[in-house]
Amino acid sequence: MTKTILKRLGLLVVTLLLVTFLAFVAFSILPGDPTNSILGLNATQEQVDALRAQLGLDLPLWQRYLNWLGGLFTGNLGISYNYDMPVGQLLAGRVGVTAALAGLSFVLIVVISIPLGILCARYEGGVLDRALTVLNQITMSIPNFLLGFLLTFLFSLVLRWFTVGSFSAATAQGFWDWLSYLFFPALAIALPKSAMTVKMLRGSILGEMREDYIRTAYSKGNSKGAVLWRFALRNAMIPVITFLAMTIADVVAGSIVVEQVFAVQGIGQMLVTSIGNRDYPVVQAIVAFIALIVVVCNFAADGLYRVMDPRLRQR
Amino acid sequence: MLLHVEHLKVTFHDRSSLFDAVEDFSLQMEEGEVVGIVGESGSGKSMTAHALMGLIPRAKADISGKALFRGADLLAMSRAQLRQVQGRELSIIFQEPMTSLNPTMRIGRQVEDALRVHTKLGAGERRARALEAMALAGLSDPEKLYRCYPHQLSGGMRQRVMIAAALVLRPRLLIADEPTTALDVTIQAQILDTLKDINRTEGTAILFISHDLGVVKALCQRVVVMRHGLIVEEGPADQVFYHPREGYTRQLIAARPTRKKLRGGGEDG
Ligand SMILES: Nc1ncnc2c1ncn2[C@@H]1O[C@H](COP(=O)(O)OP(=O)(O)OP(=O)(O)O)[C@@H](O)[C@H]1O
Ligand SMILES: [Mg+2]
Repeated sequence: MTKTILKRLGLLVVTLLLVTFLAFVAFSILPGDPTNSILGLNATQEQVDALRAQLGLDLPLWQRYLNWLGGLFTGNLGISYNYDMPVGQLLAGRVGVTAALAGLSFVLIVVISIPLGILCARYEGGVLDRALTVLNQITMSIPNFLLGFLLTFLFSLVLRWFTVGSFSAATAQGFWDWLSYLFFPALAIALPKSAMTVKMLRGSILGEMREDYIRTAYSKGNSKGAVLWRFALRNAMIPVITFLAMTIADVVAGSIVVEQVFAVQGIGQMLVTSIGNRDYPVVQAIVAFIALIVVVCNFAADGLYRVMDPRLRQR
Repeated sequence: MLLHVEHLKVTFHDRSSLFDAVEDFSLQMEEGEVVGIVGESGSGKSMTAHALMGLIPRAKADISGKALFRGADLLAMSRAQLRQVQGRELSIIFQEPMTSLNPTMRIGRQVEDALRVHTKLGAGERRARALEAMALAGLSDPEKLYRCYPHQLSGGMRQRVMIAAALVLRPRLLIADEPTTALDVTIQAQILDTLKDINRTEGTAILFISHDLGVVKALCQRVVVMRHGLIVEEGPADQVFYHPREGYTRQLIAARPTRKKLRGGGEDG
C-alpha cells in the first residue's frame, strides 16, 4: 500500500518535471523574443544582447531550466518581464480567483450530474431521461465560450441577475460577492461537462443493474430504489470517478477561455496575455501551477478509486 | 402444501419474436421436502426458478399459471407483496457463485441483507444472526470472513456465503439453482452434504436444480425431468434414476460424468 503511494508520488514528480520542461522547450522554439516586447522593435543589437544576458536568455536551455527549478525550490519564480514585478506577487491575487472558479465549476459538475444521473437511471426511458438525453446532445456540442456568452446575455442583460463586468480578487468583497460573480462563469464551464457526466453515470448505473449481484439483491426483497442506492451506485461510481478526475484538466483549461469571456481576472487571462508578450517567467509559473493541480487531482482520484474498489486495495 | 405450481408458463417477448422458455410446468411440494429438477442446458430450469422467485422483470416476459406458496399465489402478487416473501420465506441461490455477490460490499453485510430488509434488528443482533447463518452454511471462521470482500474468497466459499445469506431468516423453501455446477467435484460433494444437513436440522424444503440426475438422486426424494420447457417425466428419485421411462432421461443419465472421467472422484455414492 505505502509502496503504491510512493510509486504514485514519484510518478507525480516526474510528470511535473516533464510538463514544465516541455513548456520550456515549447517557448524556446516559438518564434518571437521577449526582448522585442520589452525594448520595442527598433532597439540596437547591443541593447538586445545586454538584455538577453541580463535575463539569462543567452544560457543553454537545460541550464535555464535548472536555474528555474532551483528558483522554484527557494520560492523565487523570477521577475515578470512585462510588469517588472516578482511573478509570485503578480500571480498571488489571481491564483485564488482561478482556483475558486475551477473549484466552483467542479462542485457544480458534481452537484448537477450525480443526482441527475441517478434519476435518469432510476426512471430509465421516462420524461426526465428523454429530456436530458436531448439536452445532453445540445450542451455537449456547444463550446463553453459560446455558452458563456449565452449565459451572460440571458442572466445579466435579459434577467439582470448579475452585473457584467470585470471581476478581480482585489475588488470582490466577501464570499457572496465571489460566488455571485463566479457562478455563471462556473456554470458555463460546468454545463457541458455535467452533460457528459450525467450520460456516463446513467450508463454506468444501468450497466451495473444488469449484473448478477443485483439479481441477488432483488431476491432478498430489496425495492428497486434500494437496489440502486445500496448496491449499484457504489460500483457505478468507480468509472465515473476516473472520468471526473480527467475532467479537472478540462475544467482548468475551460476556465482559461471562460475568464476571457466573463472578464474574470484569474491566471487564465494572465496566461493568454503573457504568452502574447513572451513573458516567459509568468507563463512558466502558470503552466507549472496548472500541471500541479491536474496531477494532484488525479492522484487524489486514484486514492478515492482504491477506497471505492476493495479489489484494488491489496495491491 | 408448501408449494403448488400449476401450468407455469414463461414467454419472453423480444421486439419481434415470442419464446417460451417454460411452456408448461407443474409441481407440488410439501414442507421440508427435497425435490429435484433435472434437464439439459436450456431446458428452462433456471427460468422456472426465477419466475417462482419473482425475478423475471414483467417488461421482459409474460408469466402465466399459478404458483401457490403457503396458499398465496406468487404470480398474482403485487411487487410489494412479493418483496415481503422474497428472502424471508422463499430464498434462492444461483448458478453463478463468482458473480452473484456484490464486489464492493463486505461479506457480512451481504449475509445480513435480508435482515436489513425484513427486520428492525440492531447491528449487533444482525451480526450475531449472520455469523450463525455462516456457520450453518459450513463456513469456518465466520468472524474473519464477515469483514472480507468477495474477491478474497474461493468459488466454493462464495457459494456458501450465498447459502448463508439465503438462510439467514430461515425460509420455508430454498431454491438451489445448480449451486455446484461451477465448482469442482470435491467442493460439490461437501456443499451437497451441507444442504442435506440444513434440510434435516432446519426443516427447510429445497427445490434442487441440476443437470446431473445422479446428484439429484443423492439428495432428493422426488425428481422432475424437464426438456424444452416441458416436464417429460417425474417420480421418486430412485425410480427415475434406475428405471427411466423416457429415452431423454436415459440420455441424461448416460451423459452424466462418471467417476473415471472425473479424475479423483469423491462424489455421491
Ligand atoms: N432474457 C431472456 N430472453 C430470451 N430468452 C431467454 C432469456 N433468458 C433465458 N432465455 C432462454 O430460455 C431458455 C431456458 O433458459 P434457462 O436458463 O432456464 O435454462 P437452464 O435449464 O437453466 O439451462 P442451464 O443448465 O444451462 O442453466 C433458454 O433457451 C434461454 O435461451
Ligand atoms: Mg440454469
